[in-house]
Amino acid sequence: MGGGRRQVPCHLHLCSSPPLGVKLFLPPSLSDTRALTHVGGVCCEHLCCWNHVHTPPGSIRQAPTMRGCSSRTKQNQGKAVCMTNCPTLIVTVGLPARGKTYISKKLTRYLNWIGVPTREFNVGQYRRDFVKIYKSFEFFRPDNEEGLKIRQQCASAALNDVRQYLTEDGGQVAVFDATNTTRERRETIVQFAEQNGFKVFFVESVCEDPDVIQENIVQVKLCSPDYTNCNTDEAVEDFMQRIKCYENSYETLDEVLDRDLSYIKIIDVGQRYLVNRVLDHIQSRIVYYLMNIHITPRSIYLCRHGESELNVKGRIGGDSGLTARGKQFAKKLGQFIQTQSIVDLKVWTSQMKRTIQTAEALGVPYEQWKALNEIDAGVCEEMMYEEIQEGYPLEFALRDQDKYRYRYPKGESYEDLVQRLEPVIMELERQENVLVICHQAVMRCLLAYFLDKTAEELPYLKCPLHTVLKLTPVAYGCKVESISLNVDAVNTHREKPENVDVTRMSEEALITVPAHH
Amino acid sequence: MQTMEPPQLENMRLRRCDSAASVPQFCNSPTVIVMVGLPARGKTYISKKMTRYLNWIGVPTKVFNVGQYRREAVKTYKNFEFFKPDNEEAMRIRKACASAALKDVALYFSKENGQVAVFDATNTTRERRAVINSFAKERGYKVFFVESICDDPEIIAENIKQVKFGSPDYIDRDIDEAMEDFNKRIDCYKTSYMPIDDEKDRKLSYIKIFDVGSRYLVNRVRDHIQSRIVYYLMNIHVTPRSIYLSRHGESELNLLGRIGGDSSLSPRGQKYASALASFIRGQRIKDLKAWTSHMKRTIQTAEALGVQYEQWKALNEIDAGVCEELTYEEIQENFPEEFALRDQDKYRYRYPKGESYEDLVHRLEPVIMELERQENVLVICHQAVMRCLLAYFLDKPASELPYLRCPLHTVLKLTPVAYGCKVESFYLNIEAVNTHRERPKNVNTNRNPDEALQTVPDHV
Repeated sequence: MGGGRRQVPCHLHLCSSPPLGVKLFLPPSLSDTRALTHVGGVCCEHLCCWNHVHTPPGSIRQAPTMRGCSSRTKQNQGKAVCMTNCPTLIVTVGLPARGKTYISKKLTRYLNWIGVPTREFNVGQYRRDFVKIYKSFEFFRPDNEEGLKIRQQCASAALNDVRQYLTEDGGQVAVFDATNTTRERRETIVQFAEQNGFKVFFVESVCEDPDVIQENIVQVKLCSPDYTNCNTDEAVEDFMQRIKCYENSYETLDEVLDRDLSYIKIIDVGQRYLVNRVLDHIQSRIVYYLMNIHITPRSIYLCRHGESELNVKGRIGGDSGLTARGKQFAKKLGQFIQTQSIVDLKVWTSQMKRTIQTAEALGVPYEQWKALNEIDAGVCEEMMYEEIQEGYPLEFALRDQDKYRYRYPKGESYEDLVQRLEPVIMELERQENVLVICHQAVMRCLLAYFLDKTAEELPYLKCPLHTVLKLTPVAYGCKVESISLNVDAVNTHREKPENVDVTRMSEEALITVPAHH
Repeated sequence: MQTMEPPQLENMRLRRCDSAASVPQFCNSPTVIVMVGLPARGKTYISKKMTRYLNWIGVPTKVFNVGQYRREAVKTYKNFEFFKPDNEEAMRIRKACASAALKDVALYFSKENGQVAVFDATNTTRERRAVINSFAKERGYKVFFVESICDDPEIIAENIKQVKFGSPDYIDRDIDEAMEDFNKRIDCYKTSYMPIDDEKDRKLSYIKIFDVGSRYLVNRVRDHIQSRIVYYLMNIHVTPRSIYLSRHGESELNLLGRIGGDSSLSPRGQKYASALASFIRGQRIKDLKAWTSHMKRTIQTAEALGVQYEQWKALNEIDAGVCEELTYEEIQENFPEEFALRDQDKYRYRYPKGESYEDLVHRLEPVIMELERQENVLVICHQAVMRCLLAYFLDKPASELPYLRCPLHTVLKLTPVAYGCKVESFYLNIEAVNTHRERPKNVNTNRNPDEALQTVPDHV
């Protein structure tokens, strides 16, 4: 077992037994669950990489092999043994326009970013695929039997896909996004989960503030496929009627009746939370995340430090100061920030000279995060790519084979970076307007989080020097504006070369190295 | 490489909030955490634990236990009658104690650079809570309430047994007497107890903990520190368990007196691994989890256990940067100034291109959080890492942390008990080098090499 020199295939089993000595609702077969990891289990830091085995370099990232759950589908009185590292089914609950889909998508994005394979299953989408044209709210009337039948079928189809995703496709978490407003419907889902050995965690959103609901409708419903041919007023009116169809039969999660379920109830967009029976690590992380996000409008500005001395020399890493052009960028950045007239802007940097020097030129208070430091290139620190090819041709090729997971000897991988940036992301979620002055690899990781990029794309995202990205959350995603501050700088972006084989020639390895002194 | 200065000195002219501490200091207003709940609901347990955690991650925190003030005011506790709601004299004393405690809170914030104060008392009436709220508002402090609600008689009885019988109030009583008196004490509060009201108090920031964590209600979390506190409170539990801390077996570099690196176990180190396995088997631990770092020496130690183990990069030894794999003699030779600076402030000193203990604490925080969630765990790690973890469990301050003794081939068994942690040390009788370097007398940068190397332990 190598000492972490090259990337290590790994998986981490975090099995948290139910806490607190309180009598929990557990099917009898659960009384002595034991995580099945192979002896000598290797694992990765990502606290949520359950059965996720990272593929070694040179191979395509496929659905990870499911380890440790061979007994997962064992039938035991119609209930599968729910191993402590079994998949999780998150179930949203709430009337329409309560933010369920917003939460589902955001949560899915976060979990995937930290390395937990997650997918959302939106029943409304299944309905749209089935009933090609949406006519009106009448479809949702509780006495519309045909409508009810179709909706039930859609829910079943979605659950089927959930089962496929979690048992065969390597999924770890599935988010079942629907209203699920009746106890009866939820009970069906709980049974489904028990039969398949999934844990269930409910996320209910309760909101009665008419302004918030109105805003929701305007932001996401009006542009829904259901309303493409309606004018705004018509659409709003129809949607309000739709909500009414659900209201009469809505049974909110009850403190007493539902005390054995695991859930979080989000009240009034996060004013208040009720959390019941968090069973394990992933649920605890989900709760923490949900309690930190908000929907107050704001923008996040991402940029790199100004051009540095080592940048112009084509050397990676290190801790050098800004070049004259870099200083010019810093000045222009200050002016740019002024013109944007941002309310209560927070400025964050790393603890490396080049970001600090950039922030200094802004003339406003800033905070330094060690977590924002550039990726540690270990033995390759301060080398040019040519030197890396010369001194470590094998490492260089391995990196090109799997740039996300590759760890520099005595250094870090992008995967490690994501892990150390997680607290930064969590705090970015809590904050409002923030300018983050960081580094190329770091910025790629942050950008991947906001723009939902995969691990394959992340290390190749373009983050040029002297360019500010302004990210503004809108609807279910993020608007990106790229602002170049018109100060020249070297290019530091190295594309993946065609030949990533360890037997390749030097020229093939260096073909994509950007120009430098 | 620039000279290393203590972080606070850099960039003084800007309001620089340094995040070498685990919590970015965004907001300068101090926070008063106000405990709420009947007696024997775990308020003091939570207060002390939370304080220990916040201090460990670098947020200066202190507990103000009003019961303590009362014990100092009324030297001898007679019986529960003191707490009867119609006991006017006692009421006066108790009110005065609460005021005195609040005054000390203000002093702690203004004169002692405190950031969080935990006001540990029953605070069971709206009136009392309003007083505290006004007190805080007047001075610009934030307030966060933590209410513990529990009606399970078993849990309450267990609480009373664990911590009340050992209290100074009951030191000369027999157990049954004490139990009876304490229950009557609880009754005194019950009639006037008004829990935080979800309607009337909806503007307050609070968390309600039901039945030792089975359920939580969280209202209006206002800032980062409150969010961290909530996360922490939602992860701790009281299920009995033990945490075993050990270093890897003696390594090749250990023998050579070299720091850091990623070497394998020496023959004696391998013997230790086997001995550790036997020891663990002998302990008959239920559902033991074993954790290691990503470095060879901890992994090799765990391999001998024959059980599943998990590797955490966060458990890797402190990165000594340019000093990796050097002996202390070589460090003194090549980096005498760095060596002295380290001795001056071992906690905050960061090796050039390496880490400080302070950085270590920050990267170990997720490990601590997961340790809180878990039950029986064996952590096989490294000297500096073990010092950080131990400091968390034993509430050691930053000044002591880097000098805690964590010798090779010794297992520490930590068992939470009452408000603290019982420590049992097991030396497994396999010899090993000593790797503990005490702080030398002379830490001046102009000292002689001998003065610097005086405390270096022996090696090959």
